Amino acid sequence: MIDYDKVLSDKIKSIKPSGIRKFFDIAGTMEDVISLGVGEPDFNTPWAIRKSAIQVLERKHIIYGPNKGIAPLRNTISVHIEKKHGVKYDPDKEVIVTVGGSEAIDLTVRGLLDPGDEVLVVEPCFVCYAPLVELAGGVPVSVPTRIENNFKLTLEDFKDKITDRTKLLILPFPNNPTGAVMTREDLEPIADFLRDTDIMVLTDEIYSELTYGRKHFSIIELEGMRERTIYVNGFSKAYAMTGWRLGYVTAPEPIITQISKIHQYGIMCSPFISQNAAVEALTACDAEVAKMVDEYNTRRRYLVGEFNRLGLTCFNPEGAFYVFPCIKSTGLTSEEFCERLLFEERVAAVPGSAFGDSGEGYMRISYAYSLKHLMEAIRRIEKFLKKLENEKK
Amino acid sequence: MNDIIKILQQNARISNTALGEMLGISAEEAAAQIDQLEKSGVIKGYSVIVDDDLYDKSTVYATIELKVTPQRDCGFDDIAKTIMMYDEVESVSLMSSGAYDLAVEVKGNNLKDVAFFVSERLATIDGILSTSTHFILKKYKEKGIFIDDEEPDERGLG
Repeated sequence: MIDYDKVLSDKIKSIKPSGIRKFFDIAGTMEDVISLGVGEPDFNTPWAIRKSAIQVLERKHIIYGPNKGIAPLRNTISVHIEKKHGVKYDPDKEVIVTVGGSEAIDLTVRGLLDPGDEVLVVEPCFVCYAPLVELAGGVPVSVPTRIENNFKLTLEDFKDKITDRTKLLILPFPNNPTGAVMTREDLEPIADFLRDTDIMVLTDEIYSELTYGRKHFSIIELEGMRERTIYVNGFSKAYAMTGWRLGYVTAPEPIITQISKIHQYGIMCSPFISQNAAVEALTACDAEVAKMVDEYNTRRRYLVGEFNRLGLTCFNPEGAFYVFPCIKSTGLTSEEFCERLLFEERVAAVPGSAFGDSGEGYMRISYAYSLKHLMEAIRRIEKFLKKLENEKK
Repeated sequence: MNDIIKILQQNARISNTALGEMLGISAEEAAAQIDQLEKSGVIKGYSVIVDDDLYDKSTVYATIELKVTPQRDCGFDDIAKTIMMYDEVESVSLMSSGAYDLAVEVKGNNLKDVAFFVSERLATIDGILSTSTHFILKKYKEKGIFIDDEEPDERGLG
């Protein structure tokens, strides 16, 4: 008998599985569960994109393609970023098309970190950053944001955590799970500080098209920040293309040259059909995206209103498709709250603690669901809260 | 499209509070806007969409295509108005098709009822040249609402 424990690396064994999964594995075995858990759009990929993929299948030879991605897509990405942010990336030397935003994050941390290098991870945040940093030999340093600041990052939040090993700041805005966004005014003091250091920024802007009320602002627009920023984005959220597995990373040439080796050896190239179809997404789908954003916005306003009405204080998220209501008033931890909500009222939500310690006392509610679905969920949550209220008496 | 109408078309029983939240206005303002839409005649009424397989299996629906001789001065209006007075008639529409003029949706308790209605009531109206009846076998979606159960959600948790 092989002792697999001895075969497997200590490092991989020490990595915890995603905290989002836990409840959903249970929920999957139950009947009549209303889920508020998913992190992907309920809309289908716009037809123009799907049609373009069908044409590729009919007419083209499905090949590997260039390591960094097909030229038309790299060109389109470059034009798209320049149009949005006024920042130019050389499509031949400063862009890599990746297998989703996640690969882009992985490439970045593996390309930058030496053993023991520290990475500032702004929390609450999506679950992948700290494990990927650890796998790359780095040390994640958690930087909690606070509700008083609407979960925005301030210089004070991380200034004291900087050491001579600090190499990278991960900036995940618009934020999953809080929905917080960073404006130019919020980013300026941070950029002012970083300009005098060698700390690099990984800006994960996967939700950048999903903002409500104001246009997304990127840190790469600020003076001197393009040269110290690795910009990550993708097609999954804005264009409802999660299953197409397509993202991209743009950065100064020396960085792209090095990290493209990881992509070259580990992945080879991103899916050829998806890449061809994605050109259509960036060039012809603005109206579809606007329509989805409009629908998300209606749901967002509804949920914020309802959670506040129910006494679960909910700050007004301006991006992504999540609301992050506070459940501290119930006296339960977020794990307890979500577990009881699932077993007693059959509503599945993700405990805030899955996104870092600073998420404790909150839950993540996704509104990538129809209004009908959300209204039924609210009805059940209201019933659950009344029950908790009665228990206290 | 008006956002209020869009939401009401999905669920006309929604509370003014929820409606207001969705639109970013107060409940009172939402109520006032609905009131205005009703008074100005934009909103004609509220109805319920029923799955007849669960409610009343024997109910039969049919679409009837009518060829009509237009009348002097009033075109098709007079005949359409005569037809729509019958309780069995769910909808009457004037079509641009060359093949027929009026499309009439009829609901009956059974097949015989509908057949009787077409031959005895509709076909006998002056000016109706011919009728062509199509029975509806199954409704999949009505007024934007799925009649069958929606497909299971297979999305992941990213």
